[in-house]
Amino acid sequence: MVEKRGAGLWLTHLGLIIGVAFIFFPIWLAFVASTVENEAIVRPPMPLWPGDQFVENYTRALTAGINAPVAVMMWNSLIMAMGIALGKIAISLLSAFAIVYFRFPGRKVFFWLIFLTLMLPVEVRIVPTYEVIANFGMLNSYQGLILPLVASATATFLFRQFFMTVPDELAEAARVDGAGPMRFFFDILLPMSRTNIAALFVILFIYGWNQYLWPLLITTDPEMNTIVMGIKQMFPSGDDFAHWPTIMATSILAMVPPVIVVIGMQKLFIRGLVESEK
Amino acid sequence: MATLKLENVKKSFGKTDVIHGVSVDVADGEFIVIVGPSGCGKSTLLRMVAGLETVTSGDILIGGRRVNAEEPMDRDIAMVFQNYALYPHMSVFDNMAYGLKIAKVARPEIEERVAQAAKLLQLEPYLQRKPRELSGGQRQRVAMGRAIVRKPAVFLFDEPLSNLDAKLRVQMRLEIKALQRELGVTSLYVTHDQVEAMTMADRMIVMNGGVADQIGAPLEVYANPATEFVAGFIGSPPTNFLASDLIGEAGDHRMGIRPEHMSLTAAGSGRLDARAAYSEALGAETLVHLKSADGTQLTVRQDAAASIPDEGAEVGLTWDASNEMRFDAKGQRIREASVAQ
Repeated sequence: MVEKRGAGLWLTHLGLIIGVAFIFFPIWLAFVASTVENEAIVRPPMPLWPGDQFVENYTRALTAGINAPVAVMMWNSLIMAMGIALGKIAISLLSAFAIVYFRFPGRKVFFWLIFLTLMLPVEVRIVPTYEVIANFGMLNSYQGLILPLVASATATFLFRQFFMTVPDELAEAARVDGAGPMRFFFDILLPMSRTNIAALFVILFIYGWNQYLWPLLITTDPEMNTIVMGIKQMFPSGDDFAHWPTIMATSILAMVPPVIVVIGMQKLFIRGLVESEK
Repeated sequence: MATLKLENVKKSFGKTDVIHGVSVDVADGEFIVIVGPSGCGKSTLLRMVAGLETVTSGDILIGGRRVNAEEPMDRDIAMVFQNYALYPHMSVFDNMAYGLKIAKVARPEIEERVAQAAKLLQLEPYLQRKPRELSGGQRQRVAMGRAIVRKPAVFLFDEPLSNLDAKLRVQMRLEIKALQRELGVTSLYVTHDQVEAMTMADRMIVMNGGVADQIGAPLEVYANPATEFVAGFIGSPPTNFLASDLIGEAGDHRMGIRPEHMSLTAAGSGRLDARAAYSEALGAETLVHLKSADGTQLTVRQDAAASIPDEGAEVGLTWDASNEMRFDAKGQRIREASVAQ
């Protein structure tokens, strides 16, 4: 490790602190705006220190919101993000398992078909997908929010690469021990993949939480809005007045769960990495 | 415990034949070592017995029962793999117990069997550890333990010692052999190391290019190799081979003499002259490497006390006619009576 002393050390830290402050400032402003009265925001200059309306604003946001209570939107987002993350992991694990451990006709073709979908993100296939979901009557439903986003080529590819590093002899040893394919999958492959699963869960949870366009399209009922798109729906249209403290409180609340997931999973993630060291 | 019988077992991958028909009868409790260079099909043969590879033709019988179409677990075998193949996330106990758990053996019995195996293998202090916290030799023992607890009819070993260092290998070699004697389980052991084969086997199968060149007790194979390949593969340093015209014999055969059966004498007074190239002093013995007039490499094993020729010196070589082994152009042994002197 390179050790720095004296002025260099201070300069580095100063640079980093300025950088952090620069990035953090808008978040700080949002937080400040969520703790003052509406008039304080509308009338320049913008306040830079938190006001005394923290409890009132957050309570109002969570219980009443503007179109729907934020608590409901957070719950919707949570279900969507968890559904997407867990669904993607389950499907990817199984498809990677099939591709790596079974020799069936068209194995390569299927792998490349899955891989091809990498080039078709939600935005590209959004019109036909909408059509399908609408015909299934899944508008304004959790299935409609989750199902179209649940297949994942990235995660399948990641697990495939991981499974290919698992020695064949392990599968053979399990066979000699009398474990059938699914037993091998659940008893051996799954516990060995837990580090990858944890890492992927973090990424996919945030991916699911941050979905904007898809929920915007298929949820017309405010009770089904997710929080990320819900913020946009709170913006005033026409002659309405915006209640900025509530919107800002919603923004801050929208940031909390991903932060919790990242910080919470980080420990497990690192521990998992260290444990799997040989 | 059971007998194992292979009847003309063949294996092809697509159009490539890798095993051209191997037949052997293994008696109950016998320790059979399959030895050969890499690519000779020895591992494939073992994996066919294990049920990890399909049998193209021929029969495999364990305890008199044809098992060709059976899954590994139904064959009543246990296998020890080269890289141990321990489940990394399970403790030593769970690794050993896994097969029994799947076979739905009652918990108290699992504990008893694992405890017995652990005692036998001196693994008792490590039962709660994970494989990565063990040394290579200990991991090897766990792999053995996993095989023992199942009380199989046949043990299969696939080069189990090749990942260990030389000293540990010698120690584990003795341990495995002692363990097999104690348990009396019929065993099939694959190795490329002819020293392992010589020291461990009751009988060995020397494989070459998918063919069992010779099956027999180690010393019998050593003293009386059936083919030129066996004579060259078994024994270290390898047998010297001399072309028939070099030693003034008629015909298109080659003669093999083991290095310990050749001795040095003054130039011109032996059966053959050669030039000393270099020598390796190993302490108890010295290996003298020589080159004959036609460029054949020869090795002579000398006592350490004997005098060693200088590099480049011309020396004579002599040997007792009873130690001569002749092989025809296809590498098959020619039995002595038929050779014209």
